[in-house]
Amino acid sequence: MILARRAGAPQGARPADPRRRTFWILALPPALGLALFLVAPLLFMAALSFRTDLSGTLLAPFAPTLKHYAQLASTAPFLRSLGLSALTALGVAAAATALAYPLAYYLAFRAGRRAAFYLVLLLVPFWTSYLLRVMAWKLMLGGEGVINSLLMSAGIVDEPIAALLYNRGAVIVTLVYVWIPFAALPILAALGRVDVRLHDAAADLYATPFQQFRRVTLPLSLPGVIAAFLMVFIPTVGEYVTPLLVGGTSGTMYGNIIQDFFTRAANWPYGSALAMVMLVGTVALVAVGLRLVNPRRLLER
Amino acid sequence: MSGPSRASTAQPTMARRGGRRHWLGGYFWLLIALLYLPIAILFVFSINANTTLSFPLKGFTLDWYEKLFDTPALLRAVRNSLGVAVWSSLAATGLGAMVAILLSRFDFRGKGALTGLAIMPLIVPYVVLGIALLVLFKAVGVPLSLATVGIAHTIVALPYTTLIVLASLVGFDAQLEEAAMDLGASYPATLRLVVLPIAAPALLSAWVTAFTVSFDEFALALFLAGREPTFPVYLYGQLRFATTLPVLIATAVLLMLSTLTLILVTERIRRR
Repeated sequence: MILARRAGAPQGARPADPRRRTFWILALPPALGLALFLVAPLLFMAALSFRTDLSGTLLAPFAPTLKHYAQLASTAPFLRSLGLSALTALGVAAAATALAYPLAYYLAFRAGRRAAFYLVLLLVPFWTSYLLRVMAWKLMLGGEGVINSLLMSAGIVDEPIAALLYNRGAVIVTLVYVWIPFAALPILAALGRVDVRLHDAAADLYATPFQQFRRVTLPLSLPGVIAAFLMVFIPTVGEYVTPLLVGGTSGTMYGNIIQDFFTRAANWPYGSALAMVMLVGTVALVAVGLRLVNPRRLLER
Repeated sequence: MSGPSRASTAQPTMARRGGRRHWLGGYFWLLIALLYLPIAILFVFSINANTTLSFPLKGFTLDWYEKLFDTPALLRAVRNSLGVAVWSSLAATGLGAMVAILLSRFDFRGKGALTGLAIMPLIVPYVVLGIALLVLFKAVGVPLSLATVGIAHTIVALPYTTLIVLASLVGFDAQLEEAAMDLGASYPATLRLVVLPIAAPALLSAWVTAFTVSFDEFALALFLAGREPTFPVYLYGQLRFATTLPVLIATAVLLMLSTLTLILVTERIRRR
């Protein structure tokens, strides 16, 4: 704190601050890195979305146009896909958060001394390869997969059920599975800050366990719940890998359309416009979410 | 983690309604079982003597594990992934530590902007960042390679490393640095001799986190890898060929075990 005050930038009246040189040595690499590889690419992409086509080099000047955005707004399938992706992400985030809440509650209040070990146990699946966990679901749900072959050898069905894989349901199940451990973390952080004496107070006032949960614990843990929801929603809305593997044609998401315009369809300006819509939407949503939860409150002890 | 200590103070309350403890514990273990099931299936698949995972199983084999060492392209992809993960995690840890020191020890104009930028990769969808970098590299004529993948991984790991190091720097007394400087240490010397040793455990976790983020990252690598694939990109490319799948899964199981060992070992060191 004292050091921070001494280095106070507005009072640049201390030109002899011995830390001045160090400041620049520390500031330049990350500032340059972020400017070159985060800000510049996003600006490039934004500029590209206002270009008619890719004639000439990417750096050549161009007359800006809104035609891609207009085309996007009038293309019903894309709008529907955007809506469906948002809905899918909403469902996945809600389900993962709801399923993770009791896990976090158990770890915070019921697991006792073993809580730290149980937490590691919960996180191990999250540390294993994402692509692989998605693959595992493919192996389970596929036509020659685990579920089908078990059902067939048990004589419940004669033909493999094709409907298990390559649809939106498979995408949702897989994504919920992937995100549950992650969603438990912010909820656990919020529950860890709940003063347990409030539980005793509620119990002393004859609250039933359910009332106590609904009126005391749940409201106090709400910031964690919102954080968990956002932490699942953000990566899910931009997801394109899981639909690629288990989604088939009916399970595609908005991210797959963007990817298509940069690979198969190779219409980069239009793809950039699609990506801009996603970026702006996500950032707006996060801004709203941060209004609802002050992230600092979650980090404080 | 304040969970366990809180729980122990809750002991008397818990005894009063021990019934609910049972219910939640059951739920916890059921979910743990469900979470481990697919991983267990991968493992079974890697020692199964058939190229599809149909029950009843045909038999047990270690052939797939043997075969993976005879697949040069596969080994090369693994080596590529290792290289990208090592370099990008070192870069992300270094840059993250710099940002963390700036945010916790200096006041300057643009502090808010730096915070926002360092956290931003958490918010930008990977597909968007991937194509944005692709556009940039194409525009300035940088050929795609493992280096371009590494740059992307450094950027997405930066928020994690920054937050981890920041948490440890905020937690210790800045007066230690005052003391060192009063005793005549220059500021860089203070950073090296006081701040870095204290932040060392956090730097280690930051590095491991960045390493694991990079090592199995696929969404960005698919856009940015040139002719040299990382392991996830290679795996994805081979998915069409059912016969090679068991070998790939066997490799993946080995890598998964190595990553876990790395995490657990560093966690041990850090706790010391």
